[in-house]
Amino acid sequence: MAFLELSNIRKQFSSNAAPAVQDFNLSVERGEFVSFLGPSGCGKTTTLRMIAGFEQPTAGKIAINGADVTHIPANKRRIGMVFQSYALFPNMTVADNIGFGLRVAHRPKAEIEARVEEMLKLIHLTNRAKHYPAQLSGGQQQRVALARAIAIKPELLLLDEPLSALDAKIRVSLRTEIRAIQRQTGVTAVYVTHDQEEAMSLSDRIVVMSEGRIEQVGTPFEIYNFPKTQFVASFVGTLNQLTARVVDRTVGTLDLEGQQIVGPKLDEAINGEMISIALRPEMIDLDGAGKGEAVNHLRGRVEETTFLGSIVRTRVKLRDSVISFDTFNNPNLTLPQRGAEITVVFPREAVLTLKPSRGTVESEI
Amino acid sequence: MKRSTVWGWFWVILGVLYLVIPLWGAFDFSLRAERDVIGFAAYARAFADDDFWRTFIFSNQMALISIVISVLLIVLTAYWVQLKLPQLRPIVEFITLLPFVIPAIILVFGYIKLYSRPLAVGPISLLPPLTNTDFSTNILLVAGYVVLALPYMYRSVDNGLRAIDVRTLTEAAQSLGANWITIMFRIIMPNLRAALLSGALLTFAIVVGELTIATFLGRPAFGPYLQLLGQHKAYEPAALSIASFLLTWGAMILIYFVTRGTETQTTGAH
Repeated sequence: MAFLELSNIRKQFSSNAAPAVQDFNLSVERGEFVSFLGPSGCGKTTTLRMIAGFEQPTAGKIAINGADVTHIPANKRRIGMVFQSYALFPNMTVADNIGFGLRVAHRPKAEIEARVEEMLKLIHLTNRAKHYPAQLSGGQQQRVALARAIAIKPELLLLDEPLSALDAKIRVSLRTEIRAIQRQTGVTAVYVTHDQEEAMSLSDRIVVMSEGRIEQVGTPFEIYNFPKTQFVASFVGTLNQLTARVVDRTVGTLDLEGQQIVGPKLDEAINGEMISIALRPEMIDLDGAGKGEAVNHLRGRVEETTFLGSIVRTRVKLRDSVISFDTFNNPNLTLPQRGAEITVVFPREAVLTLKPSRGTVESEI
Repeated sequence: MKRSTVWGWFWVILGVLYLVIPLWGAFDFSLRAERDVIGFAAYARAFADDDFWRTFIFSNQMALISIVISVLLIVLTAYWVQLKLPQLRPIVEFITLLPFVIPAIILVFGYIKLYSRPLAVGPISLLPPLTNTDFSTNILLVAGYVVLALPYMYRSVDNGLRAIDVRTLTEAAQSLGANWITIMFRIIMPNLRAALLSGALLTFAIVVGELTIATFLGRPAFGPYLQLLGQHKAYEPAALSIASFLLTWGAMILIYFVTRGTETQTTGAH
């Protein structure tokens, strides 16, 4: 039995509005770090708030450690939560904030002090115990918020875009810290973010959501390399989305704007049908770059070459469409010139054939 | 010096003089109770009057009770409206403006009309006449004061609540196991300290100086005492007015120091 079980969860804020969340089914194992990833308004925060008990599902069931908590009030669910706005109590010091949950639970004073001390060491803020939240930086406040949430040894840790309000550098260091603390404590965590890099670097599994529904659940590797729908493919990482005509579905031959390429076998397609395909920029390379034998060649004209530091991004115009490909920067590299004729290559497995959002799987491997 | 600065200072000085000159006049008058002597005789006589202390203590007691009831009623209401029922905000704000529209004399006549006879439903008596005993009349008096203080206390509390993220703080406290009472008394109210003090001061000033309701309910409050004193004495009312003014200023200075302490909690280096 999974530690956190969401079964057929549906949330509708009003009878004449579209559901904010629907057909949501998810099992999370104990100790797992799962992220809800999606654009604003996709229902990820609403789902998190239902797990926390701040919203009631219109339908469905939520169980934590085997117990049905669907209608249990938030303050009885033994969860810890970290908010985007930190939500530290302004009238309490750092130590008092961390110890708040333990005082509410009427733990002995000695136990509270020891646990607060332990948390302060964990977040490396022992010298800030008597400071007030307004005297801390954003990153420090969020660490205190995290310590406060785990001080009570919750069964489940919920994090609602905790890094969104922080600057980029702090975000990177703090997310590493969050993951380290989660591993150290072994608490099961559900994390909400719209930042794919954050989700992929932190998570054991990612739940990609769109318009209130789950698009795909998988490890970061699976989500990125084997997206199941157009939405997942376009939301996670950059993607070249193209339309091609099926020439031979048994082999996987496609006609892409007058040029033939080979992708996966297309058991469910019809010869002559127009389908959507996608290519990851990093799977495409310049012809002759020596990355091994490539099956597919595409000829085009260089539209733009952008130097991005460690990456060089080149946009190539085919007959009608434009595709981008990335190469690692190399001082010996001769950058493709604008207007030059160019041939790019990519392997068969780079071709992703995608169903529309919330469709069935068609891409291979 | 720029022309705008000159005019600015002109209006500031004019405003200060407008306030200070009458005060100085009252203060100067209060020092001349004895012929050809500048002294505090009027103050001594005023403070030696037993009626002064009786009515002043009574009004302070009523003020304190009114403040407590106002705080509990208005903080809970404003908090719940902000958290769960924001669509009711316009209605609540309208209600809190009614004391500005309805004069105190109408209010007290309404009380007397309604509560001077038993409140009954058929043969069942729900409430005896409230004007028959001192204790029950004091209840009416406090109710009147709470209504008069409503606009000031509500606005103070509402402004204070808007300055904090009520929803997220509530949810954070709930996630840590807190119930509503803990949230209200350990999170919300401590963060409304400045707002509550402002509201309390305004309530105090209203109650201590209030005349109409106390007079018509026949209660021994400070407002009617001052009015009576003014009809028979000259220097003592001036002395007590200056004393009241200093008391108000003392309370405002107290608020300043208290809120400066809370600012240290809410501002700082990042």
